[in-house]
Amino acid sequence: MSQTTAAPPKGASEGVVEGGRSEERPPVTRPRKPRDWKMVVEIIAFTAPALILFAMFVVWPMLKAVQFSLFRWKGFGPLVDFVGLKNYISVLSNDVFIGALGHNLFIVVASIVIQLPLGIAIALLLNRKMRFQGILRTVVFVPYVLAEVIAGVVWFQLLQPKYGVIDSMLAVVGLQGPPQGFLGTPEYALWTVMVVITWKYLGLAIILFLAGLQGVPEELHEAAQIDGASWWQTQWHITIPLLGPTLRTWAFLSMVGSLQLFDMVWILTKGGPANATTTMATFLINEGTKRSNYGIAGAASVILFVIALTMALLYQRFVLRRDHATDEPKEKSR
Amino acid sequence: MSTMTLPAQGMTAPEPRQRRRRGPRTSPLVYFVALVLVALTLGPVLYAVLGGFRTNAQLAENPAGLPNPWVLDNYAKVLTDDRFWTYALNSTVVAVLTTAMVVIFGLMAAYPLSRYRFKFREPLYMIFVTGLLFPATVAVIPLFVIISKDLGMSNTWWGLALPQAAFSLPMTIVILRPFLQAIPTDIEEAAFIDGAGRVSIFLRMMLPLSAPGLVTVGVLAFVSSWNAYLLPLLLMQGEMRTLPLGVADYSSEHSADTAGVFAFTSLAMIPAMIFFLAMQRRIVGGLSGAVKG
Repeated sequence: MSQTTAAPPKGASEGVVEGGRSEERPPVTRPRKPRDWKMVVEIIAFTAPALILFAMFVVWPMLKAVQFSLFRWKGFGPLVDFVGLKNYISVLSNDVFIGALGHNLFIVVASIVIQLPLGIAIALLLNRKMRFQGILRTVVFVPYVLAEVIAGVVWFQLLQPKYGVIDSMLAVVGLQGPPQGFLGTPEYALWTVMVVITWKYLGLAIILFLAGLQGVPEELHEAAQIDGASWWQTQWHITIPLLGPTLRTWAFLSMVGSLQLFDMVWILTKGGPANATTTMATFLINEGTKRSNYGIAGAASVILFVIALTMALLYQRFVLRRDHATDEPKEKSR
Repeated sequence: MSTMTLPAQGMTAPEPRQRRRRGPRTSPLVYFVALVLVALTLGPVLYAVLGGFRTNAQLAENPAGLPNPWVLDNYAKVLTDDRFWTYALNSTVVAVLTTAMVVIFGLMAAYPLSRYRFKFREPLYMIFVTGLLFPATVAVIPLFVIISKDLGMSNTWWGLALPQAAFSLPMTIVILRPFLQAIPTDIEEAAFIDGAGRVSIFLRMMLPLSAPGLVTVGVLAFVSSWNAYLLPLLLMQGEMRTLPLGVADYSSEHSADTAGVFAFTSLAMIPAMIFFLAMQRRIVGGLSGAVKG
């Protein structure tokens, strides 16, 4: 978007609308002063509702989280008990929170490691000409559309120890689920949550990759095949690299989502058993609502935010950056 | 990505059919994998829907069986339950309010951000873009305090719809801006010459021309409001609860009544499903647009 800095001064360009080669067009001539003033009013009028809403319900609560984090506050009376960074220290020295952070990082990594190869493989499969393709693409997306709560409740029932269908299916092949159920056993709980998350979100990966595959020109495949490349070679050396931007952006969305995971865990395990599935989000909700430790919840929020922001910026800096070089032409083509 | 076509142009004979048909791999194996995929994807959903037609005795006896005989009681019980309809009404009203605000305010903000030239345009846009980086979870406890204590709006439709709309705005603006930018400028210039003002151009040209983009962001906002859990969990109590809360509560209150839970859950998933199936293309288009752009 560097073109804005290079844009001609306001008076010359105003009125000429953005999007494409406006500089080349003769400017529509109009008296300068009243227009400028009118434009400012219009800009303010158009953006004000969104800005006010955003400021009130996104920015203000964020700032409040920072404020809360510096006080000991149970939700009653004024904020007077200033404790400085004490809440941060107690959050960061809390084993449950550190465990939660570990779980979040596990989910970030596992989501990518599991869903990326599976998603690519299935997307390549569904991209071939085959019957029922449209139906398949719809079906794959169904879990993503379900509310996390609804998916969670269904899976909770399926995973019930003994009476759940999963256990009884295992019994058919002679296996036995853990006596406390997969969700009730600390060693299995997080992995089980991971399986449900994969079920829920794999469809999103597939659909996005399929959309990305639409952008891979067929000519390249044909050229590779004329040169004698096999189907797999073509996919590996041509399709997947060209899918790069889509994959990187998906991974980014997946990371951000994994860091703030709440609904599914809350429904499946409430963070248990023995905090085996706590995430940073369930930790802070627990502190904030169940125990009314607003200061601790605030500090946990700020830490979660800093972690998410750091990851996002690092990812932006080292991974997404190379996609941005192609931003401008892409924007025009869309 | 479309620029990538350039190097390859002119190298090949146009025989698209041949490429697709090639190789022995579009074989039964591919269909088999697809079938497994469908079974794994739909299995749990179908199991829940069918489970609603069984009795708890049937479920306990043979968890993997089909309804035999089919029982309608569970569904009938949910459909005659006033609470179910109250929750559904709450969900609908909140989702409609959220969607309306997101679409109207989002489009209004995207308009100057895409088609006006002014000094603070990019910084203004960046304010909204950084909104994408704020995990909503972070703000949720203070939001709860603000809505309930400062504004006294807990347990109201608006108290939930306003923050939901606010958190949907960044994505909306990010999707709509390139969309508006892609509308040819000639139309506007012609209108200018005919003496139309910005506002009238906005209402009479941009609004209809951006309709497809508006549908996309509208669907996304509606579905995410309909499915939301965390914010309603904190803000809505008792009669004001939304369907996802209802499902979660029903599931924990009637933990022994698995068939009943399946019926309640299945009925709660219907609206989002129908809405999604009707709007599928738009959702996918919007998501991939957001990922690409």
